[in-house]
Amino acid sequence: MSVNMKIKTIFDKSQNGRKGITLPPLDVSVDTKINSSLLREEKARLPEVSEFDVIRHFTNLSNKNMSIDKNFYPLGSCTMKYNPKIVERIANLDGFLNLHPHVVTNNFSEDVQGSLETIDLLEKNLCEITGMSAFTTTPQAGAHGEMLGIMMIDKYHKSKGEKRKYIIVPDSSHGTNPATAAMVGYEVITIKSDENGAIDFETFKKKMNRDVAAVMLTVPNTLGMYNKRIKELCDVAHEYDALMYYDGANMNAIMGVVRPGDIGFDVIHINVHKTFATPHGGGGPGSGPVGVNDKLKEFLPDLGIKKENGKYEFTSGGFNSIGKISPFFGNYGISLRAITYMTVLGSNGMKNASTKAVLNANYLRVRLKDYFDVPYAGMCMHECVLSAKTLAKKGVSAMDIAKYLLDFGLHSPTVYFPLIVKEAIMIEPTETENKETIDYFCDTMINAVKLADENPEEFANYPKTLGVCRPDDTRAIKELDVKFKY
Amino acid sequence: MPYTPHTNEQIREMLDLIGLDKESDLFSSVPKELQISGINLPEGLDEFSTFEKFKAIAAKNVTNKTLFMGGGYYDHIVPSAVDALAGRSEFYTSYTPYQAEASQGTLQVLYEYQSMICELSGLDVSNASMYDGASALAESALMAVRITKRNKILIDGGINPTYIKVVQTYLSFRDIEFEVIDVENFKTNRQSVLDKIDESVAGYLFQNPNFFGTIDDFTDIIEKLHVHKALAVVSAYPISLGMLKDPASMGADIFCADGQCLGNYLNFGGPSFGMIATKEAYIRNLPGRIIGRTLDKDGNEIFVLTMQAREQHIRRHRATSNICSNQNLVAVRSTIFMSLLGKDGLADMANLCFSKASYLKEQLSNIDGVEILNKENTFNEFVISTPLSSDDFLDRLREKGFYAGINLANIDDSFKNQILVSVTEKRTKEQMDAFVSSIGDVL
Ligand SMILES: Cc1ncc(COP(=O)(O)O)c(C=O)c1O
Repeated sequence: MSVNMKIKTIFDKSQNGRKGITLPPLDVSVDTKINSSLLREEKARLPEVSEFDVIRHFTNLSNKNMSIDKNFYPLGSCTMKYNPKIVERIANLDGFLNLHPHVVTNNFSEDVQGSLETIDLLEKNLCEITGMSAFTTTPQAGAHGEMLGIMMIDKYHKSKGEKRKYIIVPDSSHGTNPATAAMVGYEVITIKSDENGAIDFETFKKKMNRDVAAVMLTVPNTLGMYNKRIKELCDVAHEYDALMYYDGANMNAIMGVVRPGDIGFDVIHINVHKTFATPHGGGGPGSGPVGVNDKLKEFLPDLGIKKENGKYEFTSGGFNSIGKISPFFGNYGISLRAITYMTVLGSNGMKNASTKAVLNANYLRVRLKDYFDVPYAGMCMHECVLSAKTLAKKGVSAMDIAKYLLDFGLHSPTVYFPLIVKEAIMIEPTETENKETIDYFCDTMINAVKLADENPEEFANYPKTLGVCRPDDTRAIKELDVKFKY
Repeated sequence: MPYTPHTNEQIREMLDLIGLDKESDLFSSVPKELQISGINLPEGLDEFSTFEKFKAIAAKNVTNKTLFMGGGYYDHIVPSAVDALAGRSEFYTSYTPYQAEASQGTLQVLYEYQSMICELSGLDVSNASMYDGASALAESALMAVRITKRNKILIDGGINPTYIKVVQTYLSFRDIEFEVIDVENFKTNRQSVLDKIDESVAGYLFQNPNFFGTIDDFTDIIEKLHVHKALAVVSAYPISLGMLKDPASMGADIFCADGQCLGNYLNFGGPSFGMIATKEAYIRNLPGRIIGRTLDKDGNEIFVLTMQAREQHIRRHRATSNICSNQNLVAVRSTIFMSLLGKDGLADMANLCFSKASYLKEQLSNIDGVEILNKENTFNEFVISTPLSSDDFLDRLREKGFYAGINLANIDDSFKNQILVSVTEKRTKEQMDAFVSSIGDVL
């Protein structure tokens, strides 16, 4: 295919000798030399542009994004709720922004009492919300937290002289769960879901044995359903001394309603960029604090805090600690945002947030249930999973629906996940959206179904308003172009 | 209630449609016996009180010291344009660019980011960011194990000690053998490294300039690695690449680094981001996201997530890594920063760091009692020893308004009385002279 519209990258805008920055002056004179064999022969060809070029280029690029502030963004499993501005303002205070982490190495804890207080506050809040007995904020995202959790579980078994082999996950699990198991050296047993979308209890019981180190469950699961037999699952696993891992990606459904620790889960990660409204940043940074019960406390990672005589000190993890997974306190700046958000909400606000998240999801589910396939009937929690299976027979796929929505100022839901639902459309409205927006979304979805009846071919042309439409993914791989070529 | 827009009438209307009596019925699928009556935390605070509360907490932190502290986290300039652009909510309130048409902004920035990382390193392909420099190094080690199908990693003792700890954690759970080769006079122990390279080695990890600031050329070591079909993994300080031999020119197979220094605040250690670049032949072994340019159905250029068959959402337990969310916004900041710097700016900045550090090194060497321990070929950091214990020395200078460096004795007992001193372009002659005279005073 010949190229129609070419894109100008920042490199294409480069002009020899143009500058975008004035650096501090060289106010010393030295004649120290470095052996020339250690030096670079040619300069790195970064673009040569002015400050204003940079401002205009990136401002224009920002306009090409859909974002929560501009658009309804019901990306299932990602909890795209409003990110309050007060949180950014606090995180940008000089006292928080400009702390050097090696104060830890130097043991200058007295200079960072404020930040250690915020970490303590966050850990205590998370313990209360989840019912766990201790938290660490060192993991930098949910998947990083999963890795830490499984490492601690591995150490737990080793400390009892056992090396176990398997991690159990349901077939509805998020990809990071099995990928994490493999990162930590485990084999994965995948268990099918039953007709209600829950992990099949009988199969689960059959597969349980003393070679299973842990069971990783998302609760409510990725179908947005709460498993009524959750406590029994924990009890069965514990009979074999297998530990229960709680993927907390969906905490937004249950704050103030039910606590994983009370049910019997041994370890949990929280995605603060989901439940606790820290900005998703176009893909990160997140933060993935991990909570444990008493069984796993001794395995917590290197770098924590303790309070003695009213003063915070650093702790480096005990004899059985799994060691470091981050150099210092992980994505501290993100954890800080989470605790400020929690402070604004308080206990009442958190329960209200979960209630309204579930209200919005169920309202949306009921409005759409007669227009799409509903793979698993019944009440959902904070998100609902529909299917475009019937539409697909007319040639309109879940992806077609996703692309259609974009033209109406709506970001697409998650599609094709969970993998067990054919033509899955996973919708998470979150509590911060008003009824008018949800109605508009539902109306647009219903219009899509009508269009599928009248003119299914038309979908191939969506989106029509964004300047680009339907990338050729095969070409992207075959004619790999992953950097600017001079 | 903050941030939930529902009116009472709307709540009623919505519950009616769902067919529920009251809000608590929404949780009917959660077994009654598991439900709690509430959580024991304070009620929410209004915005004004929240701000006052956290302003008071921030005031308990000390940020008025002049920094001569580096060790992988540097006090560099952050141009206003970086904050202005990265503060645009179109960037910070979007998520992973799965829907290409709705995410061309983020995708193009990341393509430009990858291009810049390739320019810095001289290598062919970069991913779209990792968590930080430490996890990028650990994932690079795992890459070397995958590519060579060997099970042993050599770790140079010149690598940032906190990174070494992170790498050890990642490797130990995979039963991958590793050995740390101690430095000699703050420099790679060449002979010892060369002696250990054989057919069992998957990769050798090293850092340049190393943690102690020493610059070296690893070309000969890399040649020997390649003779034995082992990989060279270098962790480098991006600013130094404005001046120092780039990883590809040394022959390195994998480059990784921490990006904090490129337009980001110290943030008490995070968020920062990690970079990884490698040779094209190894692209299928890269962890994380990769952005490519392709055409859309009408022949228009468009950016997309590509080579996704490496990733957890497709490949599950066979993925190259479990990483999902990365550190996108910080990588965006650094892309903006590198655009502002440009070709000459990066070189100038490297030269400023080097020259100012050289000046300070010279001045310190004139003080009685101060000894410079790595005299030659350092970039912007170097090690000094003084007659005082490291703790004592650092405390006294702290009282005079300086973070004088990193206490190496706290990293390893063998570094008794030793301090790692760092200088960036932000330090003025005046500050350095005051620092030098304060050191004279305390000794
Ligand atoms: C159910 C579930 N688990 C785990 C993760 C991984 O979290 P993160 O992206 O923070 O690593 C996600 C994120 O999308 C998720 O939806």
